[in-house]
Amino acid sequence: MASLITCPHCGVRPKEEFAIRGDASLVRPAPTASDEAWHDYVYVRANPRGRTLEHWQHVGGCRRFLVVERDTFTHEVHSVTDGAAFARENGK
Amino acid sequence: MRYSAFSIVKNALSGNLKWKPQWRQAEPKSHYDVIIVGGGGHGLATAYYLAKEFGVKNVAVLEKGYLGSGNVGRNTTIVRSNYMLPGNEPFYEFSMKLWEGLERELNYNVMLSQRGVIMLYHSDGQRDAYIRRGNAMWMEGVAAELIERDQLKKMIPFLNYDHARYPILGGLLQRRAGTARHDAVAWGYARGADRHGVDIIEHCEVTAIRRENGVVTGVDTTKGFIGCGKLALAAAGNSSRVGEMADLKLPIESHVLQAFVTEGLKPCIDHVIVYGGGHFYISQSDKGGLVFGAEIDGYTSYAQRGNLATAEHVMEEGVAMIPGLSRVRVLRSWAGVMDMSMDGSPIIDRTPIDNLYLNCGWCYGGFKATPASGYCFAHLIAKNDTHPVARFLRLDRFARGYVVDEAGAGPQPNLH
Repeated sequence: MASLITCPHCGVRPKEEFAIRGDASLVRPAPTASDEAWHDYVYVRANPRGRTLEHWQHVGGCRRFLVVERDTFTHEVHSVTDGAAFARENGK
Repeated sequence: MRYSAFSIVKNALSGNLKWKPQWRQAEPKSHYDVIIVGGGGHGLATAYYLAKEFGVKNVAVLEKGYLGSGNVGRNTTIVRSNYMLPGNEPFYEFSMKLWEGLERELNYNVMLSQRGVIMLYHSDGQRDAYIRRGNAMWMEGVAAELIERDQLKKMIPFLNYDHARYPILGGLLQRRAGTARHDAVAWGYARGADRHGVDIIEHCEVTAIRRENGVVTGVDTTKGFIGCGKLALAAAGNSSRVGEMADLKLPIESHVLQAFVTEGLKPCIDHVIVYGGGHFYISQSDKGGLVFGAEIDGYTSYAQRGNLATAEHVMEEGVAMIPGLSRVRVLRSWAGVMDMSMDGSPIIDRTPIDNLYLNCGWCYGGFKATPASGYCFAHLIAKNDTHPVARFLRLDRFARGYVVDEAGAGPQPNLH
C-alpha cells in the first residue's frame, strides 16, 4: 500500500489519516428496486485483482469522501478524486 | 509407510536413507470423479475425507503453487471452538473434536497442544458479553470458564493489569483450545489423501472452467485440460477469481492479514492470550518464538504482504497487554490473502451450477476449521447433501436474511 495519498483538497498526506469504506463502483439501487438488486448492492462484490475504485474518507483532514483508484495486487495508487466530483462526472 | 517409534529406529539403523516421500508427485489423468481446486488445508482435508470416509477415490487436488504455500502456512496456528452463534459453534466444536483425534487419524504428528485459549475482558460490559458467550458454548456442550482477575494474576502474572485505558479484569478460558503445527496439518492430510489414492498435483493452476449444458465438464490448467464429474472450489483468497471463471458472483472481498514471529525465548507464555481491547493474539511456538497477529490491514488486496502502519499498530497492542514484549525482537512477518465474507462466517454450499461446489469465506479463522471444513465439504460433494453442523453456512443466506454475523458488524468485511 502506498504510504502517501494525494488528497485533492489537502495535498500529500500519510495514508493513516484516511479511513477506507470500500468498493466505490457499486451504484445504489432505487428504493423500490427488486430484492435481488439490493442484495447485489449490499452483499455481492466484484473483488477484482487489479484496478479497483474505493471510497476513502479523509478523517484526519478535510473529512471529505474521496474515490481512490488503486491496484489490489501492486498496491499502486492511480488517482484520487473528490467523491462528489466523481459522482457528477459519472452521472450518479 | 506407517510412522511409529519402530519405523524411526529402523530408518536410523539404515542411515535415514530409506524414508519415502510423503506423497507422490502425480501427473494429471484425463478425467477424475472429483477435482478440488486449491491444495491448502481445506482442499487437502476435503480430498482425504472424500477418499477415506465417503469412498470417492478418483480425486485430484490442483494447487497452483507448492503444497501448503497459501494460508495454511501463513496463520498463527490457533485452534479453538469458543464461538457464540448457533450457526457457528456446533461446526467449530465438530472441528475441535476432529482435532483431538487427528494425530491418530492421520498417523502424523500435527503437534496439537491444548494449552488453553484465554480471551481477556477490560470492562463490565465486556465481561457480560463473555459470560453470555460462555453460556452459549455450554449450551452446545462446550466447556468455558470465566477467570476472575485474582485467579488470572496467578495464571498469567506478566500482563499489564492496571493499564489506564484497558485494565485487565479477567478472561474467558477454553482449556481444550490451543495450537497445532500448521504445515504438519497440510502435510498430514496430503499424505493421508495420497495413501487413499488421491492425486495431488502441484504447480497446476486452473485457468478456466469448462461448462456444457449448464454443468461443469472440466478445467483448463497450466498442465492441460482435465475432465471431472464434480468440481469443488477451495481457493481461499482467490475464491472470487476462480468463481468468476464460472460466472459466480460471491459475497467475498480479499483482504490482507499479517502475522509476526519473534526471536526464540525460553518458555514464558503458556497459553494463547487474546487481547480484548483490540484483536491481538499471541502464543509461543515450540521453538520458542512468540507468534502473534491482530486485525486485517483493512483494504482489499491480493498481495501477500502487509503495511508497516498496521505492523506498528499490532506491536502497540501487544505492548499494551504485555509490557515486557517491548524488549523482544521481531524476526519475521508475513501476510496472507483472506477471503473475507460479508458476515464474517464461511460458506460451504452448492452453487447455481449443479456439479460445482463452493468452500470459501473463511475470513481469518480458516485454520481451526480445517478438519470440519474438509469433512463437511466432502460430505456435501459425495452425498450432494449438507452436513448437519454446516447447515447455516449457505451461499444464499445473505439473500434470505439469515446472516451468521458473530461480530455484529454488518456487511462491511474490513470490520469482521
